[in-house]
Amino acid sequence: MQARLSPQSLLELRIPSKADRLCLVRVLVRRAAEEARCSKELTERLVVAVNEACMNVIQHAYKGNGDGEMVLEIINNGAQLVFRLKDFAEPVDLNKVKPRELEDIRPGGLGVHFIREIMDDWHLGHLEAGAGNILEMTKKIDGDPR
Amino acid sequence: MATPAEGAWADSSRDGTWGMKYKTKEEGGYSVLELEGDVDLSCSPDARKQILQCLEKGRHLLVDLSAVSYIDSSGVASLVEGYQTAKKRALKFGLVGVSIAAMNVLQLARLDKVFPIHSSVAERLQADG
Repeated sequence: MQARLSPQSLLELRIPSKADRLCLVRVLVRRAAEEARCSKELTERLVVAVNEACMNVIQHAYKGNGDGEMVLEIINNGAQLVFRLKDFAEPVDLNKVKPRELEDIRPGGLGVHFIREIMDDWHLGHLEAGAGNILEMTKKIDGDPR
Repeated sequence: MATPAEGAWADSSRDGTWGMKYKTKEEGGYSVLELEGDVDLSCSPDARKQILQCLEKGRHLLVDLSAVSYIDSSGVASLVEGYQTAKKRALKFGLVGVSIAAMNVLQLARLDKVFPIHSSVAERLQADG
């Protein structure tokens, strides 16, 4: 695992597609949001959204195979935090990735709903030449941004 | 993972530092499953297993979330499955002592109005009459 900090990019993290790495993602997202002066409430919501995005990669893009990798980048553009999550799995069917109706009480399928509820904007696409998938999520910083 | 003796903590975390611990006890006609720590994708299968095991024994079940510091959608899915399984078997199911972190996620999922939630086991028993 590699992590580095720079003035524009708060974090670039390459991690294996393993569930037991999610705890590290949460710690680092929390720290990055604090660094960007997000409120405590927003910080915790961002942790939830990014954790769910990484879970989706592990469960759906890599189908539970822990041999894959994902790269999480967090950028502070002054007013917003941008979260970019890349994986290198088979391109997913973009039409199948959508939030479900919550009136339907059943296990699963909540991750995209969480992302939609928490983020101001999100977009899922494919990397060039079918190399994988990229999810970009944006959220306005609600505190005193740097 | 083996089921721990009643009242003993079992560790579902990878190295004992991060992750979830759980234990069960019997109180007022309920099995009470206490979860502690982060209930995420790495250990929610254990939470699910414990919940379903209690229900398979025909026990009413309360899940104590007072010491849960984080729960993700896979942990929430385990609770939903427990809720539905209990309903099918005509067993009582509920959540008690839900931590702020867990409540925030349940509210995001609009499940805070679906699960029976009480502040403590004692309050639930009182509500049962």
